[in-house]
Amino acid sequence: MSDGRYLRPERLDEAVYALQGGGWTLLAGGTDYFPGRVIDQSSCDILDLTALPGLRGIADQGDHLRIGALTSWTDIIEAPLPPCFDGLKLAAREVGGMQIQNRGTIAGNLCNASPAADGVPPLLTLDASVELSSAEGVRVLSLSEFILGNRRTARRPDELMTAILVPKPAYPARATFLKLGARRYLVISIVMVAGVLEVTDGLVSAARIAVGACSAVAQRLPLLEAALIGQKADAALAERVTAAHLAGLAPIDDIRADAEYRLDAALVLTRRCLALLGNPA
Amino acid sequence: MNIPLTENRISLTVNGTPVTLSVAPMRRLTSVLRDQLGLTGTKVGCDAGDCGACTVLMDGKQVCACLVPAAQADGAEIVTVEGLALDGRLNALQQAFHRHGAAQCGICTPGMLMAASALLATQRHPDRGQVEDALGGVLCRCTGYSKIVEAVMDAGGSATPVIAESGSAVGARIPRKDGIGKLTGAEKFGADDTPADALWLRAIRSPHAHARFTLGDLAAFTAAHPGVERVFTARDVPGSNSFGIYPDLKDQPVLADGYVRFRGEAVLALVGDRAVLERIADSDIPIDWTPLPALSGTIAAMAEGAPVLHPGRADNVLIEGRVARGDLKAGFALAAVRSAGHFETGFVEHAYIEPEAGYARRIGERIEITACTQTPYMDRDEVAHVLGIAKHAVRIVPTATGGGFGGKLDMSVQPLLATAAWLLGRPVRMIYHRPESMASTTKRHPSRIDVEAAADAAGHITAFRFQGDFNTGAYASWGPTVANRVPVHATGPYKVGSALCTSRAIYTNDTPAGAFRGFGVPQAAIAHEAMMDDLALKLGIDRLEFRLINALRKGDTTHCGQTIAHSVGLDACLEALRPRWRQLIAENIAFNAQNAERRRGIGIGCMWYGCGNTSMSNPSTMRLGLKPDGRLVLYNGAHDIGQGSYTIMAQIAADAVGLPVDLVDQVYADTDLTADAGKTSASRQTFVSGKAAELAGLDLRAALLRLANAGPEAVLALDGPVLTITDGADIRRLDLREMPADQGHVLLGEGTFDPPTTPLDEDGQGVPYATYAFAAQIAQVEVDIELGTVKPLLIAAAHDVGRSINPMLVEGQIQGGIAQGLGLALMEEFIPGRTENLHDYLIPTFGDMPPIEIHLIEDVEPLGPYGAKGIGEPALVPTAPALLGAIRDATGAVIRQVPALPHRVRKAMREQGRPL
Repeated sequence: MSDGRYLRPERLDEAVYALQGGGWTLLAGGTDYFPGRVIDQSSCDILDLTALPGLRGIADQGDHLRIGALTSWTDIIEAPLPPCFDGLKLAAREVGGMQIQNRGTIAGNLCNASPAADGVPPLLTLDASVELSSAEGVRVLSLSEFILGNRRTARRPDELMTAILVPKPAYPARATFLKLGARRYLVISIVMVAGVLEVTDGLVSAARIAVGACSAVAQRLPLLEAALIGQKADAALAERVTAAHLAGLAPIDDIRADAEYRLDAALVLTRRCLALLGNPA
Repeated sequence: MNIPLTENRISLTVNGTPVTLSVAPMRRLTSVLRDQLGLTGTKVGCDAGDCGACTVLMDGKQVCACLVPAAQADGAEIVTVEGLALDGRLNALQQAFHRHGAAQCGICTPGMLMAASALLATQRHPDRGQVEDALGGVLCRCTGYSKIVEAVMDAGGSATPVIAESGSAVGARIPRKDGIGKLTGAEKFGADDTPADALWLRAIRSPHAHARFTLGDLAAFTAAHPGVERVFTARDVPGSNSFGIYPDLKDQPVLADGYVRFRGEAVLALVGDRAVLERIADSDIPIDWTPLPALSGTIAAMAEGAPVLHPGRADNVLIEGRVARGDLKAGFALAAVRSAGHFETGFVEHAYIEPEAGYARRIGERIEITACTQTPYMDRDEVAHVLGIAKHAVRIVPTATGGGFGGKLDMSVQPLLATAAWLLGRPVRMIYHRPESMASTTKRHPSRIDVEAAADAAGHITAFRFQGDFNTGAYASWGPTVANRVPVHATGPYKVGSALCTSRAIYTNDTPAGAFRGFGVPQAAIAHEAMMDDLALKLGIDRLEFRLINALRKGDTTHCGQTIAHSVGLDACLEALRPRWRQLIAENIAFNAQNAERRRGIGIGCMWYGCGNTSMSNPSTMRLGLKPDGRLVLYNGAHDIGQGSYTIMAQIAADAVGLPVDLVDQVYADTDLTADAGKTSASRQTFVSGKAAELAGLDLRAALLRLANAGPEAVLALDGPVLTITDGADIRRLDLREMPADQGHVLLGEGTFDPPTTPLDEDGQGVPYATYAFAAQIAQVEVDIELGTVKPLLIAAAHDVGRSINPMLVEGQIQGGIAQGLGLALMEEFIPGRTENLHDYLIPTFGDMPPIEIHLIEDVEPLGPYGAKGIGEPALVPTAPALLGAIRDATGAVIRQVPALPHRVRKAMREQGRPL
């Protein structure tokens, strides 16, 4: 129904050239665009990224993995990935139903920047960064630099996200993801927790824990992470978690839960996350 | 692939056929399929990827067609539901759906079939978990998902559908007679058909809950927007600018006249070109709003000095209901134990997957409305009132209705379409979008209930007091029905020594509340069942046994003074559940001894439900004809909204006449073609219309027997047009082709039934209903003590249905009712202006339903067809009380406000429960 401009470039240079003019709404799987057009059906200028080559799939780049911006959640679920991606895979299974997982892209999830985006906590725990391309070139931002707030990112109007870059962990890593919602499928999170643990000789050598839906942007828990280093990697890690470790969170009251509950649940899920990571099945 | 779409031309393959189309690149694939290719089997439920009704296969993967821009479908291979049947024959998956009764209303069925097809392509024998994962993106509001899962798991099965022989249709699990079209995509719902030249109608609605407004220069607005044909206002409504369920309570305007009472109220109707109308921003509409303070909730509406929303309704009280019997004071004085409580429930949205839709056309001096509905005959009368024309000048042609549950008992699109089509003389079409449907149509009444009960030492209830305030929203709708039905049911299905049950329906500036499966009884049941638990616990009597002590039995007198002589199967329901109850209690004790983070509990809920209108006439008439070719035709005005009246009426009529149900063709509800069979509501169709169908069948049979001078025991058989009547040794053959035919029938039988009731006096004494359904359900849950999340593990349901006409359909009603009861208990809460979509408003998904065990109790009702009573509403009433009782059993916490969202459960545990 759009009367606006529509462009579906087949080359990245065409895309970034067009973006220089500004004013474009970027489109990939459409799973956020169309739900925003149920009542307001006014048109806008669409730059459809889905014909750009080379932006879909996961490639091993030596010291890191490169996830193309157009990689779908199903692609992530089906890809053979190292165990540190287990949390991301679990999150991928929670993004809508399979219809959404087949269409929605990982870059779209990040650019949409919902406080409840399922992809953000696991990617934070993977120390992911994002690659932004424009006519001026390419820049790489860490994910925490990229997402600035509720539906706000550091992407300039002339940029598009071309990849998510995930460094390989230094040591054997375990990962998981826990989501709390009021129903089983198709649910926006009340709280979610992702965790990655690197373990050497039975001891935690690195820990990254992130909590989502408890602040405008999902947050890592650096105090907790520091407290875990050097600990024995077993289920007792859960006991290390204190309320103070969650001090950086700022949950809100909404229809799904109140802030107080969110904070309590974040604590519970963080402990369970560590119990799982410390005692992998 | 990937050619820039300079000419907006795309080529794709649809169901194996290459298609090239000129299309706007950002048009949704749903629109391409439905509007351009005419493939309306793909349904639109939300346009937001929340419901999955539009699921199709795109290059073999399931996608929501509403989220795919046409340009991205270029080069793709698309398979829709229309592509499943091979050479006109259902494929194995569709056959499994048919045999298992997996489609009820059918609106989600195409999405379910496509999601299942994607799964079965890679997994021929999926397990339950795989089915749930694969289909989890599609919502169903009717079935409770059980039969869908069974069908997908049995897609490779080879069983054949049940066929009923002559005289054995009643009680047979035959597949739906209207089932095939639901599986092929052929069935037409409200949005699926329209005259080619229809104009589009868009309602402009109030953004304020309470406001005055003035209209600006509409002529200038129209002139400035080519493609806008007309803008209708309140002044244009040809007859009375008012509608409403009760003849004396037509208090809702078709189009508001300078004053709105709720957010979402229709103010203007824009008619013209669809694309033009959809792009007009609300801010371009010349309306000057003056917002007023809004009365949200009953407390605000009844506060001193609150504005009166409707003239003559001081205190904003629409109506009060009352039932009083016995000496309440003496009853409480007899008490060994007593308990009191306050309970609150919120708005609940019907969330049928089909938003309201239809079209109207003027044919000479008549108007014809083709739309989804639950009540064609009431719609006819209402449209006549709005247009100021005679009832016979209105024809209502119901489309297939994609779920109703009470929400399609009120008019929605009808008065707007009728007004526009009548005045323009051109067909006019309207489809609500999901937020519009949720914002503007009725909801379950929120309630605030105070209840108090007492029992003597032997466990007999001596006194019961109930007061419920029901928020009826901005307009009356079915508020009086709720206010009248609740006091009659508020004690629960128990003998009570004395009772005083009162209710009020109160106007507010909230969304109008109307009918929703149970008319206030589910809310009341939460309160009365909590009292039963309290009294039982205080007396140290098992909760099930306490209910059995007090259960109404045959010959008992209710608190309305009605002695129920027949069909009171509550004790049988409780006894059927007792073994499972005891076993689960033992299991829970063992489990809880081993676990601290998770605790299990069990709860029980009982209910009764009067079938049909409360103390008011509600007749149904059915006609059954025999045609010269030897086919029967049932003129079936009992509109099937998924519950199965197009199947069971045929079963009943066939057995009554004594011929095979396979010979029954039907003319479905159409006010020009079928007699008035009332509304599909109040659990009345099986009981009332079913009885009419039986009488019609008996009437036709009597006529046939008279022709042959045969006795009542004679056996009928049809072999094409030859009717054989065997009466003992006498065999008579009639060639129907040689008999005179009148309007296509050689004979026509007719039956009418109106359940016998009496008016209630000022104390509510009388006979409000001719019969009652009874039920008990038990629920086992596991509560995560740290998070407050509740996982239902099992529900066992025992329902006295009098006689099960079609057990497969009865099970479907129970499973679906339980799903809605579970939603009410655990997750559903409509908040005006905030949850007007299907991702903020949560209904149960595949993964939320526990296994359900069903016991059908058949304590026959002599008035009903073959002993049958209703099941539609009874299925949902006991579920929430059972779940809440189970949460309490697990945690010690009484949940006094539903839904029991995790934060509320955890708060209740902290405040009243066992130490965490």
